[in-house]
Amino acid sequence: MLLCKHYPLNFTLKKACAMPTHIATRLIDAASRIILGKDEAIRLALACMLARGHLLMEDMPGVGKTTLAHALAHLLGLKFQRIQFTSDMLPADILGVSVFDQRDGAFRFHPGPVFSEMILADEINRATPKAQSALLEAMEERQISAEGHTYPLPASFFVIATQNPADQIGTFPLPESQLDRFLMRISLGYPDPASERALLAGEDRREMLARLPPVLAAGELDMLLAASRRVHVGPRLLDYVQALLARSRESADFATGLSPRAGLALLSAARAWALLAGRDHVLPEDVQAVLPAVAGHRLRPAGETPLRPDELTRRLRDAVPLP
Amino acid sequence: MTEPRLHPDQTAWLLACAILSLAPHASHLPLSLISVCALLLGWRGLLAHQGRPLPHRFLLFALAASLVALVAVEFQRFFGKEPGIALLAGLLSIKLLETNNARDARTVVLLSFFMQMGLFLYQQNMGVAALALVGSVATVGALLALEGRAEAARTRALAAARLVLQGLPLMAVLFVLFPRIQGPLWGLPADAYTHRTGLSDSMAPGDMARVSESAAIAFRARFEGDPPPPAERYWRGPVLSDFDGRTWRQGRHSVAEAPAYRSQGTAYTYTLTLEPHNQRWLLALDFPAAAPGLRYSSDFQLLAQAPLHTRQRVDLVSHPGTPVGLNEPDAVLRQALALPPGSNPRTRALGARLRTEARASSDIPALAIAHFRASKLAYTLDPLPLGRDDVDSFLFDTRQGFCEHFAAAFVVTLRAAGVPARVVTGYQGGEINAVDGSFVVRQSDAHAWAEVWLAGKGWQRIDPTAASAPRRIDSGLAGALPDMDRLPLLVRSDLPWLRTLRDNLEAIDNRWNQWVLGYNPARQQALLSALGLARTDWTTLIALMAAAGTVVAGLLAAWALRPRSPADAIDRDWARFCQRLAALGLPRETWEGPLDYAGRVAHQRPDLGPAVAAIAADYAALRYGPATTDTFASRRFHQSIKNFRPR
Repeated sequence: MLLCKHYPLNFTLKKACAMPTHIATRLIDAASRIILGKDEAIRLALACMLARGHLLMEDMPGVGKTTLAHALAHLLGLKFQRIQFTSDMLPADILGVSVFDQRDGAFRFHPGPVFSEMILADEINRATPKAQSALLEAMEERQISAEGHTYPLPASFFVIATQNPADQIGTFPLPESQLDRFLMRISLGYPDPASERALLAGEDRREMLARLPPVLAAGELDMLLAASRRVHVGPRLLDYVQALLARSRESADFATGLSPRAGLALLSAARAWALLAGRDHVLPEDVQAVLPAVAGHRLRPAGETPLRPDELTRRLRDAVPLP
Repeated sequence: MTEPRLHPDQTAWLLACAILSLAPHASHLPLSLISVCALLLGWRGLLAHQGRPLPHRFLLFALAASLVALVAVEFQRFFGKEPGIALLAGLLSIKLLETNNARDARTVVLLSFFMQMGLFLYQQNMGVAALALVGSVATVGALLALEGRAEAARTRALAAARLVLQGLPLMAVLFVLFPRIQGPLWGLPADAYTHRTGLSDSMAPGDMARVSESAAIAFRARFEGDPPPPAERYWRGPVLSDFDGRTWRQGRHSVAEAPAYRSQGTAYTYTLTLEPHNQRWLLALDFPAAAPGLRYSSDFQLLAQAPLHTRQRVDLVSHPGTPVGLNEPDAVLRQALALPPGSNPRTRALGARLRTEARASSDIPALAIAHFRASKLAYTLDPLPLGRDDVDSFLFDTRQGFCEHFAAAFVVTLRAAGVPARVVTGYQGGEINAVDGSFVVRQSDAHAWAEVWLAGKGWQRIDPTAASAPRRIDSGLAGALPDMDRLPLLVRSDLPWLRTLRDNLEAIDNRWNQWVLGYNPARQQALLSALGLARTDWTTLIALMAAAGTVVAGLLAAWALRPRSPADAIDRDWARFCQRLAALGLPRETWEGPLDYAGRVAHQRPDLGPAVAAIAADYAALRYGPATTDTFASRRFHQSIKNFRPR
């Protein structure tokens, strides 16, 4: 909104950026009443969804991952399904099974929990790779193939996966190729003391959430998704993104650079971020803002002493001057 | 119909251009007029500052009339360079007092340009050119102020300088190719040949000392090979043999196209570049060999065909060992013996005594020198006043004198002793400019010496000054005088840094003289020949000039209209903006985006916050936003950066 007032003459522009921004502001306001002190993470999660990407949350248990997923689904008015991943889980537990119907004399497909609009895949790294890949295929293809049939998933299909830190016992860390399926990886971290105090003193978050009305009206999410795709990316910004990709591949800091898919991910995330900031065009700041979340799980550090992901992406940012 | 009144900014520029155009004239305008101009300009400035109305027309008329009267009183005439420039200077100052619209302002601008040209009527050195250039920039700035929008003074001065700079190529074309006429580059016929320091064709006591007070350059010489030793550096000027008891004048002499002597002995080849002195004599070393285009007088002066009104180059060969005047006619010798009756009785008595003491007349000069030396005569620029008989008074009473006293006394003594003698004036010495190797002779090197005729030997040079002050000949005037204080600052030898500075300046000045002021028809022809245009008349030159002018103008236009994408301009402006903030210790990180940068600046300097945020937002939208045909934003961006001057 702040930036829109610099264009008093350009009415269409004003309208184009004001509407989605207004909605986005409402969403963030509501979400930050549930999840205290995590505006940045909420904003990133929202941007991830507006970019039609899937989100991986990696954190200690109990910092509010599940609550955030709940809140987002509720506020966006999405049909929500939670899948608790366990080590004995089978793909059919996620996708659904065909059961022989005696009346028809034929197999009938019973859709699994994946047929929903928003999936919370809780503790995804507790499941075996086989079960993980069933979900990951659905995420990539946005459809389910089971027993020779293909079943499309809903138009708005988001997966928010949570994972415990890899060093915990009984986990199967996601391989890199699978990590790539997630647009962003974020972590919430512990709340700051003031937010934690408010959380401890306040009422139960789930109950609060149940009382909150959905923020989005029918069709508004589609409008937001469409608006996010329309955010302008100029040649200078493409130059910048390409310079970032090139640097990640050339620099001695990284064992593997960013793939073209990572470049696309960076752009669509930056578009959504710009939309949330009320702009109709992407700035380098937008790219830099989503860079840790988008590139952190795609870059592998080189050298003996592994760098923390945010340190890694900071180095990448600092090394590339604006064109 | 009345035109809009001038904006205060425009008035300030007009005042500045008038002041900068008038100030360089202060060195030659009479003090009264300078004061009047300064008062008028100050008055105009005060009125503008206080926003008061301009004086009434009748008052201006009265002012103009009194100005004309002042010029009439100062100069006693209205025609000619000096009263003309004085009138213009005064009228420019008065014009400003009635200037309050664009039409009058343009008149002021034109007058200012004219004042800058007028400077060159006095002097044409590089300093004057630089002053005129400064004035021109200010005047162009005033024109810009009249036409343009309000701008910061610095920006406008830079714009004016850029315009003047763009004119330089065209100026060079005109300078090189404009058909040249023989004569000085600048000058008015009537005024051009007055007020020159230098030798004259007569000499009275005190004349040479007066000439010596000037450090102006008389001429330069460039030797092929080594210059002659200091004792041979006598540059021969007018020969004075006619004495009326006080003043020496040139005697009767005839002029021929070839010398009356046969050159022999060591030869020195050199090129003289003489400053104009409005006389015919050329100051050659003794004695120049025959050369075409020169004239030789019967008293062995080297003369030009016409007086030297412009700087002139002469190539010469001199043979100091040449004997001259072996067979002088009686009339010449008679004149070289003549003394006005009744004058200088004591010197005459001395001459008569020397004659009786001498065994042969050829011993007399040596006896006279010995007597001079024994008399302990002092060499000084400030001799005491002489009595009725100059020579007697110098030799027997005051015993202080400059070279002309020595030369005159010596010649009178010898004449009284019956030996033909005469005074020769010219220059003695000179020094080498360490920077460009040229040999520089100044007015302060002016000198007078004697020539004595001895049967069988002809005319012999004898310098009686050397008898009392031998260092005058070996190390120049500065070495001979007991104290330096009376000397022109630039001739003093006790300030080496000053000499180095002077050498450098004069070397530059020499270049300027040779290449800019000395660019005459011959040089132009030589240059064009070098370019393969052997024979050019003025029609060819004009065609050439038009062609070259078109090419230059075309190149300038192509440069001005070169395709520049608006994006480049935006980047340049943004870079300027970042530089200004960096100067405050807030540099942008190379990776930092505009909004982040603005945020950081606003955090550290909240006072700059709004301006910086607006500029950064504009930049971000122009740089990364969708392309737009709307030029409003980019214009506003450019303007806001222009006005962004944080402290």
